[in-house]
Amino acid sequence: MRALNLHLGAVYAFLYLPIAVLMVLSLNKSGLPTAWGGVSFEWYGKLVENPKITGAALNSLIVALWSTLIATVLGTMLALGVARARPSPGRDALLFAPMIIPDIVLAIALLSFFTLLKFSLGLHSIVMAHVVFNIAFVCAVVRVRLASYDWSLNEASRDLGATALTTFWRITFPLILPSVVAGALLAFTLSIDEFIIAYFTAGAGQSSTTLPMQIYAMIRFGVTPEINAMATIVMAFSFVLVLAAQRLNRGRIPGA
Amino acid sequence: MSPRLTSTLLMAPGLLWLGLLMVVPCLLIFVLIFFERGIYGGIDWNAATLENIRRAFDSLYLSIFLDSAVIAGLSTLIALLIGYPAAYAIARAPAERQTALLFLAMLPFWTNYLIRTYAWIVLLNPAGLVNSLLLQAGAISEPLPLLYNKPAVVLGLVYSYTPFVILAIYSSLQRLDPAYAEASRDLGAGAATTFLRIILPLTAPGVAAGAVFVFVLSIGNFVTPDLLGGGKFQMVGNLIYDQFLSARDWPFGATLSALLIALMMILLFLQALASSRARGEHARA
Repeated sequence: MRALNLHLGAVYAFLYLPIAVLMVLSLNKSGLPTAWGGVSFEWYGKLVENPKITGAALNSLIVALWSTLIATVLGTMLALGVARARPSPGRDALLFAPMIIPDIVLAIALLSFFTLLKFSLGLHSIVMAHVVFNIAFVCAVVRVRLASYDWSLNEASRDLGATALTTFWRITFPLILPSVVAGALLAFTLSIDEFIIAYFTAGAGQSSTTLPMQIYAMIRFGVTPEINAMATIVMAFSFVLVLAAQRLNRGRIPGA
Repeated sequence: MSPRLTSTLLMAPGLLWLGLLMVVPCLLIFVLIFFERGIYGGIDWNAATLENIRRAFDSLYLSIFLDSAVIAGLSTLIALLIGYPAAYAIARAPAERQTALLFLAMLPFWTNYLIRTYAWIVLLNPAGLVNSLLLQAGAISEPLPLLYNKPAVVLGLVYSYTPFVILAIYSSLQRLDPAYAEASRDLGAGAATTFLRIILPLTAPGVAAGAVFVFVLSIGNFVTPDLLGGGKFQMVGNLIYDQFLSARDWPFGATLSALLIALMMILLFLQALASSRARGEHARA
């Protein structure tokens, strides 16, 4: 048992040490990996002054907000519909597929599809692509909540004279709201961090470059303190969102 | 409105979105296989051919498939060896702490893949932390080539996908009735025998699910081979990437993707088979 716990501790160290090193170095004034020049936010300042980075960050926020909004509405409706529909393995496979298809496959499939239709590429096509996997995640989170939902509440509400719509807004929606918000937070995290599908469906030009695309372009040319600072912000942002999602969803996140 | 109609109307927009922007594009891949590339890239719809399929089985591409399978297989094996005991430790922890421990293991998985990969460049590059520390300590006289080779790619893949392996195996372990292990011990089996004969077979579905996931995502990866392998050798993911974004031979890229999908389907089928067999043993046990 002791050996197992030691192993688990070592696994956490393996998972978190590289990230921790990155975060500490982002604060190093000297900008070098081994010479500590004192704590400084200099590199963070440099980020804000770089219009390519701020522009890409703004694009990512736009994509993440739209894809989260659409996916949360459609994914929640889907979960509600599935909860009362006859079980269907085919439909379940369809809802599961976006989570397991390798990104590169969906990326080239969508690029071919958009090109064939002569559909213009840009932030809007990234949003459409991101909604595909975000629907699946939102739907999965809400379905878990609905699995333990007491449908007799709805019957009681209807018996007392409420319409179906009133019952939904006054009874069902408040009860599933935490899972809807949790699903939305996860969708937002996934979208803002997604690189491969965005890279293929963005089209050319800086106007539709998202933050991960900008990060990819930068890290291919090596390590800089600015990238460390940007990486720290992006990581911290995801940590907070996922932690909030987990809290809201009473300790359950899909896939955890 | 009848409940059935309501349910259908609720599902329609989401299913339509998935149908139009996932199912149709993926089917399109299978259509592209049978056409030639256009002169300026794109697709020449007037030229039907089986050449792409033949070409995918050329020894050149076959060896890339094989090389990637070896790297993906090795990454899968290492991720399982690291992940299984970790999942086991979490499953044996006090019930009220399990959620937090699992969450801690999964958290990196939800963050930016590029940055997690970049973190290893920071550590391992010639002027990186590891080399600098070793040089300062006098353990080496010149930087070790820790980056831009196959072991670095395997390390990156293991690092990225181990959290998922832990999750998959933990879910299996959690469903396992502890009475089986107790019964085995009561009947005189040692800890090792109990693990190998009872626990491991019954958690095989989780192991298989984790393995399929790591293997498929590794073999189709192009980011990690590019960033940690320095673009010096290709995996199937890089090959597909090149066909679409540099060689501009979309039909051939589609053919390679279709092979990747086929491989994934076969592995998922085998995984489903493994879990139904495990359920059978569960019933008999």
